[in-house]
Amino acid sequence: MKRVYLDNAATTPLDEAVLEAMLPFFREKYGNASSIHEMGREAREAIEKTREIIAKRLNAEPNEIVFTSGGTEANNLAIKGIALANKDKGKHIITQVTEHACVLNACRWLEKLGYEVTYLPVDKYGMVKIEELEKAVRKDTILVSIMHANNEIGTIQPIQEIAKICREHGIYFHTDACQSFCKEPLDMKKMEIDLITINAHKLHGPKGVGALVIKEGTKITPLLHGGGHEFGLRSGTENVPGIVGFGKAVEIMNSQVVEKIRKLRDGLTDRILKEIENVRLNGHPEKRLCSIANFSFLGIEGESLVLRLDSKGIYCSTASACSSKKLEPSHVLKALNLKPEEIQGAVRFSLGKQNSVEEIDYAVDVLKEEVANLRKISPYQP
Amino acid sequence: MIYNKKVLEHFTNPRNAGELKDPDAIGKVGNIVCGDVLWIYIKVKKDKDGKEVIDDIKFKTFGCVAAIATSSITTELVKGKTIEEALKITEKEIIEGLGGLPKAKVHCSLLAVRALREAIYQYLKKSGREIPEWLEKEHERIEKQTDAVEKRLC
Repeated sequence: MKRVYLDNAATTPLDEAVLEAMLPFFREKYGNASSIHEMGREAREAIEKTREIIAKRLNAEPNEIVFTSGGTEANNLAIKGIALANKDKGKHIITQVTEHACVLNACRWLEKLGYEVTYLPVDKYGMVKIEELEKAVRKDTILVSIMHANNEIGTIQPIQEIAKICREHGIYFHTDACQSFCKEPLDMKKMEIDLITINAHKLHGPKGVGALVIKEGTKITPLLHGGGHEFGLRSGTENVPGIVGFGKAVEIMNSQVVEKIRKLRDGLTDRILKEIENVRLNGHPEKRLCSIANFSFLGIEGESLVLRLDSKGIYCSTASACSSKKLEPSHVLKALNLKPEEIQGAVRFSLGKQNSVEEIDYAVDVLKEEVANLRKISPYQP
Repeated sequence: MIYNKKVLEHFTNPRNAGELKDPDAIGKVGNIVCGDVLWIYIKVKKDKDGKEVIDDIKFKTFGCVAAIATSSITTELVKGKTIEEALKITEKEIIEGLGGLPKAKVHCSLLAVRALREAIYQYLKKSGREIPEWLEKEHERIEKQTDAVEKRLC
């Protein structure tokens, strides 16, 4: 059966060139980067090379890149690390309701320790309200954490504006850029961002590797104590093959790749909106990540549509009630103030550079059929 | 949510899906705000012993994979059964018929049972028959829930 993978916001296929770059570090170059001998030195060199690639891409310094096991760890390090290190200054954190679960749950954990957290609302496009942010700032606010692009709907936040407000008030600003890294312009110095979370597997790199980029001079506490790796901020033997793959993946992601993904996504969106009735595009119409298109298909339930498509070899995701183990509707869509049937019928398509025009055409053809089939057996006619 | 093959098979090729023309009764349960909406249509006929049997049955479901699969298996289990037998169908039999459901989806089987019972309730009521007290109570509970849905959707 034909397989069309349209779940690239969940993870992406590894680029062949990335795999090739990684393989020697599994086979012959397996040294520990902390060893002082030749094999240790070659592993160290490889890590430092990736550090430089990432630093260059973000206009940061190499010694500001702290490798982690992925986005979740980097977000935890940013939020808990800043909170714990700056509690003498204050115990108030500002974030928003549509953040990834790892940000929200790190904040909730801090609340149990006596910190206070403001969860900013968003507008109907998922955009944070700047005036709400300004209102929420207090004397004891130590951190603002607002994601760059949302993983469910792709809405891109005005992080430069947010960073500026944080700067004026002397508050650390952290952004989770797992989805947007290498897809949207991101400049540590120019945008005056203190902490950026990135990872590899959303950009055709390997799973299990990410980084927290921390502006020099930032007061932060490590979560993992040990041998003092990664400038003392993240102990544990480095994932050398993963880090090498991360660097290669970043090198490969250029503006042409991004434009290819955007074009495919726009083609998919245009056809769906034109050829299927009673569909709503969720998220911001323009300020949206190149790879994500989230739709509500009225009259049907998202999980059912996802698994009908699955039966035809098309892989996408839902954030609706039935997709999660908790049976809770998507916290992101709920925050947009959508009607219950719009939340229920939501399905996310996310594209990657491996996708082709033919795949998109096939996917939309099947989608049309399956939407019609499910609507035929639904008592709810939009 | 990982479903077994049987559930996915019923979901992908549901039995008796769609609308029944000139049904004797329709059982409508569920609420879109909570998630699933299920309508069961029945046609009743007397068999050669004079017993009323469910001659034909169809369903329409708005809901997740488990909701559609349980609707499908329920109609399959009930078709050709007498009304008495149909009223005895339990959630357990529906779940067993599907070879199990994820824990979080077990409630879907309840919805299917309720829709079936509601359809039978409507049939008995329409034909001026005596309705068991427990069925009357179940109907009252369903009516409360579906009221809101009817107003919104129809």
